[in-house]
Amino acid sequence: MAYLPNGADERRQMLEVIGAASVEELFTSVPERLRHPVMDLPEPLAEQDLVGELERLAARNRPLGTLDSFLGAGVYRRYIPAIVRAAIARPEFYTAYTPYQAEASQGTLQTIFEFQSMICELTGLDVANASLYDGATAAAEAVMMAVAQTGRNRVVAAGDLHPETLAVIRTYGRGRGVEVVTTEDVSGTVGAGDACAVVALPGFLGTVAEIAPVAEAARTVGAISICCADPIACGLLTPPGDLGFDIAVGDGQPLGIPPSFGGPHVGFMAVRQELMRRMPGRLVGLTHDRDGRRAYALTLQAREQHIRREKATSNICTNHALTALAATVYMARMGGAGIRRVAEISVQRAHALAAGLTALDGFELAQPDRPYLWEFALRVPGDAETFATALRRQGIVAGLPLGRVDPVRHQQLLVCCTETTSPASLDRYVEAASRSGHPLPVSA
Amino acid sequence: MNGAIEPRTQGEPGPAPEWAGEEPLVFELGGDLGVAPREVEVGVTTRPLAALLPGVALRAAPPAFPAVPEPVLARHLGRLARRNHNLHQGIYPLGSCTMKYNPVVDEELARLAGFADIHPYQDPGDVQGALELMWELERLLCEITGMARISLQPAAGAHGEWTGLRMIQAYHAARGDTHRSRVLIPDSAHGTNPASATLAGLEVVTIRSNPDGTVDVADVARHLDSRVAAIMMTNPNTLGVFEKDVLEIARIAHAAGALLYYDGANLNALVGLARPGDMGFDVVHLNLHKTFSTPHGGGGPGSGPVGVTEALTAFLPLPTVERDGSRYLLDHDRPLSIGKVRSYYGNFGMLVRAYAYIRAYGSSISEVAENAVLNARYLQSRLRGIFPMAVTSESMHEFVATTKGSRVAGLRALDVAKRLLDYGVYAPTAYFPTTVPEALMFEPTETESKRSLDLLADVCAAIVAEAERDLDHLRSAPHETPVSRVDEVEAARRPVLRWRPVE
Repeated sequence: MAYLPNGADERRQMLEVIGAASVEELFTSVPERLRHPVMDLPEPLAEQDLVGELERLAARNRPLGTLDSFLGAGVYRRYIPAIVRAAIARPEFYTAYTPYQAEASQGTLQTIFEFQSMICELTGLDVANASLYDGATAAAEAVMMAVAQTGRNRVVAAGDLHPETLAVIRTYGRGRGVEVVTTEDVSGTVGAGDACAVVALPGFLGTVAEIAPVAEAARTVGAISICCADPIACGLLTPPGDLGFDIAVGDGQPLGIPPSFGGPHVGFMAVRQELMRRMPGRLVGLTHDRDGRRAYALTLQAREQHIRREKATSNICTNHALTALAATVYMARMGGAGIRRVAEISVQRAHALAAGLTALDGFELAQPDRPYLWEFALRVPGDAETFATALRRQGIVAGLPLGRVDPVRHQQLLVCCTETTSPASLDRYVEAASRSGHPLPVSA
Repeated sequence: MNGAIEPRTQGEPGPAPEWAGEEPLVFELGGDLGVAPREVEVGVTTRPLAALLPGVALRAAPPAFPAVPEPVLARHLGRLARRNHNLHQGIYPLGSCTMKYNPVVDEELARLAGFADIHPYQDPGDVQGALELMWELERLLCEITGMARISLQPAAGAHGEWTGLRMIQAYHAARGDTHRSRVLIPDSAHGTNPASATLAGLEVVTIRSNPDGTVDVADVARHLDSRVAAIMMTNPNTLGVFEKDVLEIARIAHAAGALLYYDGANLNALVGLARPGDMGFDVVHLNLHKTFSTPHGGGGPGSGPVGVTEALTAFLPLPTVERDGSRYLLDHDRPLSIGKVRSYYGNFGMLVRAYAYIRAYGSSISEVAENAVLNARYLQSRLRGIFPMAVTSESMHEFVATTKGSRVAGLRALDVAKRLLDYGVYAPTAYFPTTVPEALMFEPTETESKRSLDLLADVCAAIVAEAERDLDHLRSAPHETPVSRVDEVEAARRPVLRWRPVE
C-alpha cells in the first residue's frame, strides 16, 4: 500500500465497471504457471523504518565534507550554490517527462535551450545538444559521429584521456569494428585513414598540452577533431572551438552536480554547425506559437531513434535533463566570470599545495615540466597506497594512487584542489605528509 | 480587492499574468557580464597566472553569459516551473513511459551527504554503505526478474539495451559462434531497440505482428537461423498485450541457438507477479525511472540495469559489486567482460531512490502491478464508448486507442492530445506504436486515484463532444496553456538552437 491511492471500495467499483470478479481475473492472459513466483523479498517498511535503513547505509560511508579531500580525477567537489538544489528539487522540473508536448513543457524546453546556449559559449562551438549520460559516453558518441561522418574506422586518441573515457570509447567501438590507438603524439599520428583525433583538456593528470596542432593535423587529413574538456577549464583557457576543434565533449559534473559516487552526472556535446545533423540526442529549438510568441520545441527529430529506428544517429532516448538543469542554474548563477574565478582559485591553491609538498624531502612533481591547472601527479617517498592509507587514518584523502591506473606510477598520487579545499586543509596535508615517514598515531 | 490583476481571458485586452507572456532567457535577465559573484578568498600566496601556466593560452574574456542575481534567477525559475505540467499537478498518462508518482522521501534520501557527497575513487573502506546498497539492490532486482546477476551500470533503458546486446554478442563469440549478426525485432517495438542493435553493429530484421497485436510466431520461425543473435521482445508489448506465445518463442529461439532479450519498459504490468526469467528471457533490462519510480527529471537521468542468466554473467560490464564475508568490493578483474559501458558504477543517486522504493513495498510489490493493470483496464472501460481500441485483445497496464473510426470524421490524435492540455491533463503518447494509425496510448499507472481516472475519461468525452460541434476549435488547441500551439515545422526548417547576442 506504500504509494497507492485507491481503497477497497474504489477497487470494487472499478472491477464492476470492467466486468471482472477479481483483480486476478485481469491477469488471465499470463500463463498460470508463470504467475505468482516465489520470491525472497523483505517485509514492507514504514516510511520511518525506511529512513532508518537508508540512514544506516549512508552512515557507513565517509562523506567528502567530513574529510580533507584532495580527490578529483574526473569528479570534483565544487561549491554548489543553494539555488541549484532548490531548482532541481521543484516537482515542476523533477517529475516532468521529456518535453514531447511543447505547450505544456515550456519550462523544461527553455532551460534546455539555455543549457545549449551556455555550453556553446563555454566551448566556443556552434551547436550543443540537450545532454548525454556522462563525459565518457559523450566522448564515445562523438567518436561514433566521426566514424559515421568520415566512413573511416580508426581512432587516434591521446594517452592522457581519462582512463574511463578511453575504456568506454573502446567498448562502443568494439561492436562496430572500430580500432582505437593511443599515442603521446596525436598530431604526428593521425592520418588519412583515421576517423578522428581525440585529446583531453586538461589531461587526466591535470596537465595542459598544446592541442591546437591536433585540430589542425586532423583537418589536414579529413579527420574530425574531438576535445574532451573540463567545463571549468573552458572558463579559463582558450576553449576547444577557438583552438579549432570540431567537437567538444565533457562531463558537466563540476557545474553544480554533487559527486554522488559517480552518477548521475551529465555529458555535454558541442559541435561545429556542419555536424549539427549528425548529433546524437535531443535538441531544443526556438520557434513561435500561433500567436507569434517566442516558444521552444524539440527539433531535428529525424536524427532520433523514435523516428529513424535503426537508421538513427544514436540509440539515446532518456538523457540527463535534470542534471543538465543543475548545470544550467549553476552557470546562470556563476556567470562566465564566476566560472573563471573558481578556476583561478583552484589553480592558485593547487600550485600552493604543490609548492608546500615538494618542499618536503622525497616529494616531487611527477611531471615537473608540464603546466597543470588544479591537479598534479605527486611522487611520494615509497608506495603511494601506503602513503594514502596513512593519511586516510588522519581524515585526509590524499588523492588517487595512480598505481591503480598504471602500475608504473605506483609511487604517484593524483592530487586535486578546488575552491572547496580550504587553505587550512592544505596546511594539514603538508603537515601530515611531513610526518608520513614516521610512525603515525593510530586512530579510527 | 482593488488593483488585483485578473487572469487574462481570450480576446480581452489588459495586462497579462506574468507567466503568460514571453519569459526572457538568462542572457536577457541583467547581471553584468564579466562580474563574478563574491567568491571565497584564495587564502594562499598567489602568483600571476602567466607564471603558473607558462605557454598556456588563456581565454581573452570569460564566457559571455552573465551572473544572474539570485532574486532574479529565482523568479525566472519560478516562472519557468509554472510552464511545466508535472506529477504534483495532474495525471501524466504517457503510454510506455510509466509516469508514476515519485515518493518525496526518496528524493530526501538520495540527498543524504552519505550518498551524495561520496567519491567513486574513495577507498572501498570509506564507501561500504554505498556498495552494500548496490549489492542488495542487485539481489532484489534479481528476485523480481528471475535473473542470475544484474549490472546496475547502464544510465538509461537504451543504454541497457545496447549493453545487453553487447553481452549477447560476447556470449556467441566466446562459443566460437561468430556469424550471428542479426536481431529480430517486432514492428511494434520501441525505436530504441533497432537503434541499439545498429549501435552494437547488428543488423535488424523486422518481425510482423498478428492482428491481435502479438508477435507472429510463424514469422519469427521463418527468420530464425544460424545468423540470428537474439530476438528482442517487450512483454507486455507496446499495445499493452501479454505475448501469449512467449514460451514457444523462447523454445524455438533457444533451439536455434539465439538468445531472448526482454525490454523492461513495460515491467510495471508484471512486477512481483511474473518474471521475465521464468518466461525464458536470457537478458533483461529494467527502467528504474519507470517501474521503480525514480523521477523522469524532464528527460532523465534514468537508470537501466541489465540482468542476465548464469550463462552470461562472465560478460557483465566492469566493474561488478561483490561481497567477501561482510566486506563489499568492486571487481574489475573479469577477463571476459564486455568492458566499461560508462564512467564509474552507474547512476548511483537513482539506485538509492529505487532501492528505497523497493524496500517500501518489499514482499507486497505485486500490488504495484495489480493496481497498474486495474487502473488501466478501468480507464479503458471508461473510454470504450469514446474512442475505438486498436486491438480487441485484453490489455494490461496500458492500452492503445485510436481516433480513426471514432464518431467524428477527421478527428486526429494530435488534436485530442493538444486539447487535453487545456484541461490540465498531459496527453497520452500519440502516434505510437506506428503500427496503429492515429494512436493514443494511455498508461495511467497505479498511483492515479479513481477520481483522477474519472476526470480523464470525462475530459475525453467532453473533447469528442466538442469535436462534433466545432472541430476547428480543437484543431487550434491548446488555448489555455502558457503558449498556444507551437510551430514545430518552423523549429525544424530554420533551426535556432542557441541564443546569440544581437549584433
